[in-house]
Amino acid sequence: MAELWRPIRKILREPLGALGLFLVLFVIFGAVFADLLTSWDPTKINPRDRFQGPSTQHLMGTDQLGRDLFARVLHGGRIALFVALVSTAVSLVIGIVLGLIAGYGPRWLDNLMILLFDAMKSFPTVMLALALVTLMGPSLTAVMVVVVLVTVPGYARIIRTQTIALKTSEYVTAAQSMGASSARILRVHILPNVIGPLVILASMDIPVVIGIEAGMSFLGLGVRPPTPSWGSILNDGFTNIRDTAWIAIAGGVPIIITTLGFTFLGETLRDVFDPRLKGR
Amino acid sequence: MLSYFIKRLGLAAAIVSVAMFLLFCMIYLIPGDPASVALGPRATEEMRAALREKMGLNQPVLVQFWNFYIGAWTGDLGDEVLSGRPVTTVVLEQLPYTLALIVGGITWSVALGIPLGCWAAVSRGSWADRVVGILSVAVIAVPSFVIAIYALLIFAVELRWLPAIGAGEPGNLGDQLTHLILPSLAVGLGWVGYIARMVRASMLEVLEASHIRTARAFGLPDRTITYRYALSIAILPTVTLLGVGIGQMLSSAVFAEIVFARPGVGKLVYDAILTRNFPIVTGTVLITTVLFVLLNLLADLIIGALDPRVRSSF
Repeated sequence: MAELWRPIRKILREPLGALGLFLVLFVIFGAVFADLLTSWDPTKINPRDRFQGPSTQHLMGTDQLGRDLFARVLHGGRIALFVALVSTAVSLVIGIVLGLIAGYGPRWLDNLMILLFDAMKSFPTVMLALALVTLMGPSLTAVMVVVVLVTVPGYARIIRTQTIALKTSEYVTAAQSMGASSARILRVHILPNVIGPLVILASMDIPVVIGIEAGMSFLGLGVRPPTPSWGSILNDGFTNIRDTAWIAIAGGVPIIITTLGFTFLGETLRDVFDPRLKGR
Repeated sequence: MLSYFIKRLGLAAAIVSVAMFLLFCMIYLIPGDPASVALGPRATEEMRAALREKMGLNQPVLVQFWNFYIGAWTGDLGDEVLSGRPVTTVVLEQLPYTLALIVGGITWSVALGIPLGCWAAVSRGSWADRVVGILSVAVIAVPSFVIAIYALLIFAVELRWLPAIGAGEPGNLGDQLTHLILPSLAVGLGWVGYIARMVRASMLEVLEASHIRTARAFGLPDRTITYRYALSIAILPTVTLLGVGIGQMLSSAVFAEIVFARPGVGKLVYDAILTRNFPIVTGTVLITTVLFVLLNLLADLIIGALDPRVRSSF
């Protein structure tokens, strides 16, 4: 327990880290206990109550179809966090495997993979998303595929660089001379030593991922209506911006709070645990 | 210098080739073929077969890829489904609007980012440094489309200071510039943060250098040292950063064009998706990718020309 507490105390000592942690926990709390925090159904249409401002009944007002915005924001948080967690996990696994292969494998394979990563990184994110969605149709899966394609090259490169640095170290040579297989060396000797910086980088990518999900849903390329996402709420707000500002506020403020929270937390994590990564 | 230039150019060509290959694989492997996508669900089987024939989708994969590859290098990206106009022409017509937006974004980010970064570096550790630091992180974190919508809401809808829609009257430069202010702010604001941080970090490094110490010993005024001697070196990494940044600004530009209803490649692709005009989508992806690779190349060459160390390490 003390082992777990120490890093948290380190984060809390930094004002920005404490703020970040608080914002992140606040957002997670809202998403997890969405059903307890409001009794409104986020998809229930009620045209008589459309375009209402905040009141004791509707804490954030209602949208153009009279749906309760507070309930939609809480349930939208579930989508955002779900996409962030699942797609980051998938990217990490793929990035680690590709990075280890590029770093430990033969030179020609390394060069080829670096070229592939560079080519993948040269597609502008939104353009790639738009092209994929034209073919696949809008869905959460499409959003996650885009996230994976955008983030994997960066992760693989980090792992590759670290693997190359460790490949010639004495303890790896020792393991090789004792007849350990490549798979065992990668799993037991290299992976544990390269994974730390990657986890910190991934935590700093979470706001980017949340931005991609919200952005694609904003363009109507992510979740399908009537499922609420912060991006689709923001789109409702944009469409009706001349009637009321409350919908745009309800859609945008959670995105700002979440991205700021994760960024402050990620930056503090990096400064506290791995200052070498600064400037990456 | 020449060999560095040739090597870097070769690498750029290789990256573009691989990007084309990846794009082709994506089109080929993802279920649903471009002909059905273009015609929609109500098309008959004969209509689909005819369009497939016309788009060359019945040929063997390798032939298709070869045609796509050679076509792309010679600037032939196929014809638009609806009007039959060449995709390259359609995209290049819209590109200047997007480039204007990106140049506007760079202007915002350089005009605000460099002074802020210098200020933070010179007053290191003070409250000003901390505030600039936190603000930089904050503007980097918030997605550009949120900034675009709130800029629209505050300055165009509520305060009515600036226009909300369109790119301005053609030929009227003042009007076009006023229409550019808000969208380019949305594109560039995040990069104010990146540039401020980068300039601050490299300024701190440069201010320790011996030639700056010498300048101090000669009694040159602080202002001259900071802006003439230190900044001219500290600004180098910013050039590389902007090369990378342009790709992201392209993404932000798509949102800015949609939010402010401006013409441009972003709006073009977005409308093409709604009308299922698939060649336009792939064509735009390719052209913007090539643009991005070229601008990165340009940034590297500028750095290579300014800093001999980069050339030799390549």
